[in-house]
Amino acid sequence: MTSLPAPSTRKLGLVIDLDICVGCHACAVACKEWNDGGAFGPLPDADPYGAEPHGVWFNRVHTYEISGIGNRESGIEKAGAARKSPCASSIPHSPLPIPAATQSVHFPRSCLHCETPACVTVCPTGASYKRAEDGIVLVDEDKCIGCQLCAWACPYGAREFSAKRGVMQKCTLCVDRIYNETLEPHDRQPACVKACPTRARHFGDLGDENSDVSKLVAERGGYALMPELGYQPVNRYLPPRPRRDASQLKPTIHPEPSDETPMPPLLRWIDRVLSR
Amino acid sequence: MPHASLALNTPTGDEVKTTTCYMCACRCGIRVHLKDGRVRYIDGNPQHPVNRGVICAKGSAGIKQHYSPARLGKPLLRVGERGSGEFREIEWEEALSLAAKWLGDIRKRNPDELAFFTGRDQSQALTGWWAQQFGTINYAAHGGFCSVNMAAAGMYTFGGSFWEFGEPDWELTRYLMLWGVAEDHDSNPIKLGLGKLKGRGAKIVAINPVRTGYGAIADEWVPINPGTDGLLAGAFIHELLRMDRIDLDYLVRYTNAHHLVIRDAGAADDGLIARDADGDALCAARTSGAGVHRLVKAKAIDIEPLVVGEYRLADGRIGVPAFHLLAERFLSNEYSPEAVSERCGVGVETIRRLAQELAEAAFDQAFELAQPWTDAFGRRHETMQARPLAMHAMRGISAHANGFHTCRTLHILQMLLGAIDAPGSFRYQPPYPKSSPPPNRPGKSRKDNGALDGGPLGYVQSPDDLLVDAAGAPRRLDKAYSWEFPLAAHGLMHSVIRNAWAGDPCRIDTLLMFMANMGWNSSMNVGETQRMLCDRDAATGEYRIPHIIYADAYASETVAFADLVLPDTTYLERHDCISMLDRPISDADCAADAIRQPVVAPDRDVRPFQDVLIDIGTRLGLPGLVNTDGSPRYPRGFAQYMVEHERAPGVGMLAGWRGSDGSKQGFGEPNPGQMARYIEHGCVWEAKVPDAGRYYKMANRDYLEWAKTLGFVGSTDAMVMQLYCETLQRFRLAAQGHGKTQPPERERARVARYFDPLPFWFASLQETSEEHRTYPLSAITQRPMFMYHSWGSQNAWLRQIAARNVLYLHPRIASRHGIADEDWIWVVSPLARIRVQAKLHSATAPGTVWTWNAIGKRKGAWKLSGDAPESRDGFLLNHLISELLPTTDHAHRYANADPVTGQAAWFDLRVRIESDPEPRVPGHRIEPGTKDAVQ
Repeated sequence: MTSLPAPSTRKLGLVIDLDICVGCHACAVACKEWNDGGAFGPLPDADPYGAEPHGVWFNRVHTYEISGIGNRESGIEKAGAARKSPCASSIPHSPLPIPAATQSVHFPRSCLHCETPACVTVCPTGASYKRAEDGIVLVDEDKCIGCQLCAWACPYGAREFSAKRGVMQKCTLCVDRIYNETLEPHDRQPACVKACPTRARHFGDLGDENSDVSKLVAERGGYALMPELGYQPVNRYLPPRPRRDASQLKPTIHPEPSDETPMPPLLRWIDRVLSR
Repeated sequence: MPHASLALNTPTGDEVKTTTCYMCACRCGIRVHLKDGRVRYIDGNPQHPVNRGVICAKGSAGIKQHYSPARLGKPLLRVGERGSGEFREIEWEEALSLAAKWLGDIRKRNPDELAFFTGRDQSQALTGWWAQQFGTINYAAHGGFCSVNMAAAGMYTFGGSFWEFGEPDWELTRYLMLWGVAEDHDSNPIKLGLGKLKGRGAKIVAINPVRTGYGAIADEWVPINPGTDGLLAGAFIHELLRMDRIDLDYLVRYTNAHHLVIRDAGAADDGLIARDADGDALCAARTSGAGVHRLVKAKAIDIEPLVVGEYRLADGRIGVPAFHLLAERFLSNEYSPEAVSERCGVGVETIRRLAQELAEAAFDQAFELAQPWTDAFGRRHETMQARPLAMHAMRGISAHANGFHTCRTLHILQMLLGAIDAPGSFRYQPPYPKSSPPPNRPGKSRKDNGALDGGPLGYVQSPDDLLVDAAGAPRRLDKAYSWEFPLAAHGLMHSVIRNAWAGDPCRIDTLLMFMANMGWNSSMNVGETQRMLCDRDAATGEYRIPHIIYADAYASETVAFADLVLPDTTYLERHDCISMLDRPISDADCAADAIRQPVVAPDRDVRPFQDVLIDIGTRLGLPGLVNTDGSPRYPRGFAQYMVEHERAPGVGMLAGWRGSDGSKQGFGEPNPGQMARYIEHGCVWEAKVPDAGRYYKMANRDYLEWAKTLGFVGSTDAMVMQLYCETLQRFRLAAQGHGKTQPPERERARVARYFDPLPFWFASLQETSEEHRTYPLSAITQRPMFMYHSWGSQNAWLRQIAARNVLYLHPRIASRHGIADEDWIWVVSPLARIRVQAKLHSATAPGTVWTWNAIGKRKGAWKLSGDAPESRDGFLLNHLISELLPTTDHAHRYANADPVTGQAAWFDLRVRIESDPEPRVPGHRIEPGTKDAVQ
């Protein structure tokens, strides 16, 4: 019951490269650390040294073993087909591209800063809102009553309820970093992006087709998560590149085994002229 | 509806200090943001050469480690029984005088009665030196448990090694083969590099029984049976030789492939390299006349060496080029793809294809890098030959009894492809390469001042360097450098407690441990190990290990077994030195060292262990720690030592900003302003390798001259890679009855077998035993990236990612045993059985089961609640691993270790799985087996 602003031209978001994500959780912990002490913190932990440690995380990494689908149309190809329109690629009913062969995929999950986020429109108090200037979806904790309707509305599981604080918390795209004039310009990026050790995470304006992130999405067939649900996620995932394993290689011809030659194999080197 | 007030310009903190991370062994540069005197945020230092601003999960979680409730707060003196964890708090003066009393008595009596073992502490430049001054030979760190096979095989083969001594050419390689690499060494540089490779379209192949992390993003996963990597690498060598896809010019230029090996069975020099009167190795070289050869110095240039054939030496005997012997071995059918396929679990076609791919990458994708350089012989070259094929290997190779030879096989595979320190290949990181092996031998005897005549760890060159008594029995407590484990360059941490308990080969008085969790995950057979720590001598009623001193920052498992606990600070509260004398952080293009500085003051009564060690050493009056008048040499502790201590004139702990005005590097008198200069520069110093010296460092004058100015090498002579390892042959000859130092009868056959100068593959040492057949599965561990090498997974954030481990197994194996996903089952070894939860995992080789290591905790440790998943459900595989091999014909039991280096062979573990009558009832349990109990 909160209205959305007019669509912004600036659409800040993340591009996450599933081809090189090794599932190390660096992004998740860097996010936790920054935000725990940042403008939207703390991110409380319950039972931190006990039987069931759990807490609020804006970013979580999941690992899947995905069975390949053989010759059927794969998600990779599907994503690749959508290159002309980086915001419209579609992989129905799967958050993950389906590879040709079995693969282990690490999948970082956080708020996608949708263009038409149900978590905002469902909010009874206006606590959840989408920023007109850059599209970031935020929660104003002063207005949040902890009703959790937004968590029910979000199909991506991006919202985290803090029982301890009685409010809903979520990824802010590090809004308190990216505009922060007290930081050096190169540090004005989300903590997860700065931390990522394989540099699988990219941040930028997906509304600008000339931005680095938009070009990356175009080049690599970046896709949105479950676009058929209609919320128009801004974040993009880059699918794993096709693997050059045995199935992708052309058959090679083996040289004749040396034991079929009459000469003892070592002798072939006897006349070799070497230079030192 | 925007926030009423949204503060977007809040400073992160009120102060930023740089230092070096210590959440694992990677040693990244970090910025610690402080607010109101507390740590607010830690991020990667963008200017730091190791991590370029990135930071891993552990690094960011450092804040929780720093404020962990498990931190120790005051020195503790045991009041209850050992293991009970009952202590009383004491003052530092009492703790230090007590330690000094125990150690002082020992030093007067017999310094070797102190066994000093440290963990993954990275302070060995200090602790090793301290042990040397104390005069004990019984010192080592974590390497014998971890990866000494990588280090030793590399150093004895080509004067470098994977991880800290080298890296793949991340910029130029087109093909990367990872062997036994989990999410480990070294953390962030590998991740940065893999990202680059993937972006560039280089192919990555992961050879590993398990596909996780890095394997998950590789182009190809080759599930291999544990312990058979040497066989697979041998088959690759077989194929390359068979196809004649090898770089013979590279071999004769940079290795001893052309050196003539004396063939004279039974002679005292059989198998050694033929040498001339100057002691220089000889080779046969082609002369202008057809079929004519002459013997010349193998190091001569502009010659045409011969690499196969038999050649008459001056004394009439026969010499054979080393390459000839190598080719004979690996062309034999034993190493054919057909012969190895089943054992490795890798198809014949796959082996053939991968061998071809290696050759294609090295040769068909080769190019000339437009970089002029001058070789070690003064010849100028306009380009550098690239071989864009790189390998990296780690613990999966190392932690087997055949790891030394497997690792040597890998290095030789790279040599055959011309792919060591060529553009695009594996690259040395300065100060490496060193001569192979390096000249520093382990100290053997004590000088008049009580100090050892050399560091306690080093590289033996011949049997004369071993630490054995007149009868050939081990002198060291852990039997390192004995005939049982002659090249034990990092010691055998895993044998220390058992041997001390058994008094085999000697009794000790005090076991001093620093950050070495030897009462838990740094020991095998954990239950018995803990019993040994608490066991008393029946006759005297005294503990069999009379004194145990333990230094740690946290309430780890081993704390409960100490008599005296010296609480360390966290890594943010102390000075540290990441020294070129220890484990360098250089990359291939830059020599580098670094420091830690205290960024916050301790809020507990704790002291940095380095300061404590200097304090105790000063109380003992150790050489180098007191002035001639007996006054303390370093009253300001380790920070002063880091700057002022000189190992040799002009050589200190830190290489940067030396000289009175800070203008020198490498060599130079101590600079009182050195620490300040490090801090100004983000706590790190770098010296860039000159462009012309970036590759072929072992034989590149531009590199060697630069390296000499920094003290990395003693001369600018070319270093020769040991395709054929003559050092090993010296031990074999001794075993065959030659020389003045020979093994006892019991050891002869063993030494003769395993000291083969050419690498070979052998099955696990346990495999011949009857029990092996009853235990059909390999069981291994990997570290999760978010905890790899992390000192304690009690971390409040990291344990939310995983607070317990499970046993992963292939669905087919599970189904064969009627095991469903998430059933509780038993894993059984001859030693014990443990109840664990099973998780089906298709990315596990069918013959292997595995788990995440070091998540399981002892109940009550780490200030975790009694029902914490780490102890309730999590487990350590170590409970199943015997620290000893089964009895031999001689009724002797060897350590479960590599017979060359003593590396703990914990990946040789074999198990079977059994179902549980109540598979859905949770709970971890350990039940001792009936066999192999303490004898």
